Amino acid sequence: MKRTVLPLLAGLLVAGAAMAAIAHDYTVGSIRIGHPWSRPTPAGAVAGGGFLTLTNTGKVPDRLLSGTTPAADRLEIHEMSVTDGIMRMRALPEGLAIAPGQTVKLAPGGYHIMLIGLKKPLALGDHVPARLKFEKAGEVEVSFIVGNPPAEATGAGTPAGMGPH
Amino acid sequence: MRAPIRLLLGLCAGIALSLAACERRAPPEQTAAAPVAIGGPFHLVDQTGHPFTHRDLLGKPTAIFFGFTFCPEVCPTTLADMTRWLAALGPDGNRVNVVFVSIDPTRDTPAVLKQYLGNFDPRIRGLTGTEAEIATTAREYRIFYRKVPLPGGGYTMDHTAGVFLFDRTGKFAGVISYGGDPNRGVAPLRHLLNP
Repeated sequence: MKRTVLPLLAGLLVAGAAMAAIAHDYTVGSIRIGHPWSRPTPAGAVAGGGFLTLTNTGKVPDRLLSGTTPAADRLEIHEMSVTDGIMRMRALPEGLAIAPGQTVKLAPGGYHIMLIGLKKPLALGDHVPARLKFEKAGEVEVSFIVGNPPAEATGAGTPAGMGPH
Repeated sequence: MRAPIRLLLGLCAGIALSLAACERRAPPEQTAAAPVAIGGPFHLVDQTGHPFTHRDLLGKPTAIFFGFTFCPEVCPTTLADMTRWLAALGPDGNRVNVVFVSIDPTRDTPAVLKQYLGNFDPRIRGLTGTEAEIATTAREYRIFYRKVPLPGGGYTMDHTAGVFLFDRTGKFAGVISYGGDPNRGVAPLRHLLNP
């Protein structure tokens, strides 16, 4: 299935439309981390989002607890929702549970990682290093690729109408 | 005539427990014959620091969105959408007002807005003001917003996410909801340009 994913920040990112997102994965303990990515941020933006998928291939529940990145003052785990026309964002101080056999998507419109206090804007093609900490699996270094959403990483909240163009 | 009422009820449904926005906004004489007005007088400043009021919107259709620059997703996506709508309208894009009002005026000074909006179509007007001026404007436009502290420090804002449309006389003309086809605003704006 060949799809061209439209850049969400269309107009900003016309040049980026041709850049295919290269999938990359990490494994730590029983947790598989699929394609961490971020959107480019507008100049002046102090916060950016990080997205990825978490799969628990083990037999016991695990939990994404926290993380750090040299690219921002803080890394937090958040949930965003738009309900009845109201956008809400909440930090998940307890982290994000991943049941055995479950895949949890952090994708636009839902769970995401917030990079707060960006040292500089996230630019197309950047690789943003981060260290994620899991309750059971421990810590792992990952790299968020700044680009457009990979087709397989779009979550329920991702705007529709992003189809072939 | 009922659409604005339905809209208001929809907005209020999600925040019934907050007691924040709805009760004080519903006019006591509200009936089907007297719909709730959306939009009204405001006195703010734009991203260059110049005064900007509701009167500056008259004569052109308006698309207005309330948000904040700290916002990582809904706001930049909506501003990118609005940039796309203006591009699609071509020269007609000069005949509409596209406005971004900050509901986080503490952080969103005119200078911050100017830098942030530099990423988007230059015709998008960014407005900010004092806390009181923003509260008044949000009340007139039936916009819900609320500051939410983050456990690690700082805060984020909950806010109404749609783009509100008005005709050239300032009459409310509908809401473009968040998400969906990035081009979804083009046809409604064309319709307002050529009623």
